[in-house]
Amino acid sequence: MAILVTPETRVLVQGITGDFGGRHAKLSLDYGTQVVAGVTPGKGGQFFDHGAHHIPIFNSVADAARATGATVSAIFVPPPFAADAILECADAGLSLAVAITEGIPVKDMVRVKRAIAEKSMRLVGPNCPGVVTPGAGERSQGGCRIGIAPGYIHKKGRVGVVSRSGTLTYEAVYQLTVRGIGQSTCVGIGGDPVNGTSHLDVIKMFNDDPETAGIVMIGEIGGNAEVEAARWIKAHCKKPVAGFIAGSTAPAGRRMGHAGAIVGGAEDTAAAKIAVFTECGIEVAVTPSDMADALVRAAKARGVALS
Amino acid sequence: MNIHEYQAKALLEKFGVPVPKGAAAKTPEEFINALTELPEGPTMVKSQIHAGGRGKGVFTNGYKGGVKFCKSKAEAKEVAARMLGNTLVTAQTGPAGRKVQTVYFTVASDIKKEYYLAILLDRAASRPVIVASTEGGVEIEKVAHETPEKIFKVVVDPAFGLADFQVRDLVARLGFSGAEAKNASKLIRSLYAMYWETDAAMVEVNPLISTPTGEVLALDAKVSFDDNSLFRHPQIVALRDLNEEDPKEIEASKHALNYIALDGNIACLVNGAGLAMSTMDIIKHFGGSPANFLDVGGGATKSQVVAAFKIILGDSNVKGIFVNIFGGIMDCNVIATGIVDAVREVGLKLPLVVRLEGNNVDAGKATLASSGLTIVSGDSMADAAQKIVKLVATAA
Repeated sequence: MAILVTPETRVLVQGITGDFGGRHAKLSLDYGTQVVAGVTPGKGGQFFDHGAHHIPIFNSVADAARATGATVSAIFVPPPFAADAILECADAGLSLAVAITEGIPVKDMVRVKRAIAEKSMRLVGPNCPGVVTPGAGERSQGGCRIGIAPGYIHKKGRVGVVSRSGTLTYEAVYQLTVRGIGQSTCVGIGGDPVNGTSHLDVIKMFNDDPETAGIVMIGEIGGNAEVEAARWIKAHCKKPVAGFIAGSTAPAGRRMGHAGAIVGGAEDTAAAKIAVFTECGIEVAVTPSDMADALVRAAKARGVALS
Repeated sequence: MNIHEYQAKALLEKFGVPVPKGAAAKTPEEFINALTELPEGPTMVKSQIHAGGRGKGVFTNGYKGGVKFCKSKAEAKEVAARMLGNTLVTAQTGPAGRKVQTVYFTVASDIKKEYYLAILLDRAASRPVIVASTEGGVEIEKVAHETPEKIFKVVVDPAFGLADFQVRDLVARLGFSGAEAKNASKLIRSLYAMYWETDAAMVEVNPLISTPTGEVLALDAKVSFDDNSLFRHPQIVALRDLNEEDPKEIEASKHALNYIALDGNIACLVNGAGLAMSTMDIIKHFGGSPANFLDVGGGATKSQVVAAFKIILGDSNVKGIFVNIFGGIMDCNVIATGIVDAVREVGLKLPLVVRLEGNNVDAGKATLASSGLTIVSGDSMADAAQKIVKLVATAA
């Protein structure tokens, strides 16, 4: 079943006529994802062509959803217009919006988060690599790839991955795949301080998903989202969890690439988070090279088969 | 983005937050003009640098105190002359300190009581939060740790803004009454308007003071802005002071590279922020010390890689380089070619370990191997990190 998206999910792409959105729409089509519509205001009626694919473009998300049955959006629009793009998805009644855009003003996200709180739509991101549910084909073809992750490194299987960082997610996925361990769904929740979906939200979904047997949670300095998730895991999670926190060498007060990665008080340092992980029974990866092995250790200790 | 205290105070005033009268000067000639704007009497002289702890700071020439109380304007002028152009070292500047290029004169206010007031993002709530305390003029972290009951928080609903009842409640909890309460309420509302309308990341007033005559003033002000919002605030971008930034970081931003200097000797060049942070961590884990954070982004080009190498080598502490690339979408061979070209162009003599993984990795590794250059290849992050740490230790 996986979480959030399945190979059958019908996806629209906001910003499909831009370089970035267009390039990744093509990669998703190549992967076998059901990209059924594009949205660019003012370009409705045109088409996005890629090989045999002839994808209609609409002026609005509502039009695209109505005409194609798309329920999920991948958002690639530039930062000044991204908040509006998210609100448009919620208004059109989509079930999920995945905002890839990096650099959205924090205030815009504060307002968006408040506005969508009463809607049924879930937001993943922004500033995230997206969501991948690997398919059953060769190099995981036939899966649902929303965003910018490299599809081919995945393998269909039973491990859920959740992370704030893009390349660190790929690192973890790759480590799992080369060990023959597949993934149910991989979720990049994004590196911004205000995001739609937290580590905990994803962990709860993995815990409820019968096809997920183990979880890799990757976090970093800043905020208390990982700590919140770890405490919930201790109390409720039935599955083995491995964790890694990036940024133990980061100097206090400096923003390390991600807007959310800034060490403020004593509670949001890497050391503090790692200590909470250990206390909550999460197997800590001692280095980023150890993420897959840490999960293997955690699964073995509980007698859980990961593949 | 950070700004100086004198710039922050001007912005506060614009939004109706009362501050002590003040004037800034960048040259000794400007001292006289600045001081004529102030009344005769007790005057503060404040070094303007983007770092806290100025009062307890020491200048590299031995002069003590980056913030001074003076009994007269004449004395203030002399004190300013000892600060301007000299380098101030505080707990937050690091041992190199910062050169004082602006001094700020203000009227020395009579203080009845000091408070703390800040507005920032509450990440857990995803909403703005006002943090206030009856204990001002000290480190707020210390207050939070020792007497948490003296810290008050007000989370603001962004759909409605700061509500009157929230202001009344906060002012009462801080112990204000009568005319003082009225003034404090106005100040808090104005400060929130400034935070919200300028897309500030944080506004911190420490101390906020009351005076014997019932005034409430922002005696100090530290303001930073959300970098993602600067595109809609050209008047704030104009306040940026490049003298306060590392020249290597400025150069990096011109090439869309994200670089932060650290004090170790192994330079890192990585794609992706999370991977870049954990590359620093793994160097430390195996006994080395990272010289920098450097994220070349998702689509590193050859010219970016060359620029990155030049910036890294501009740091004389660097004794070795670790390139860690997970080429998910981008072609590892393009990166490998960029690395080879960069090494040739800069004439690299230092040990270099490259770990490539991902798309077209075999061709990339072949390009490195056949280059005739001394490039050590690492198989995993752990393997590569151990190799560079060892090479740097051996060379030392």
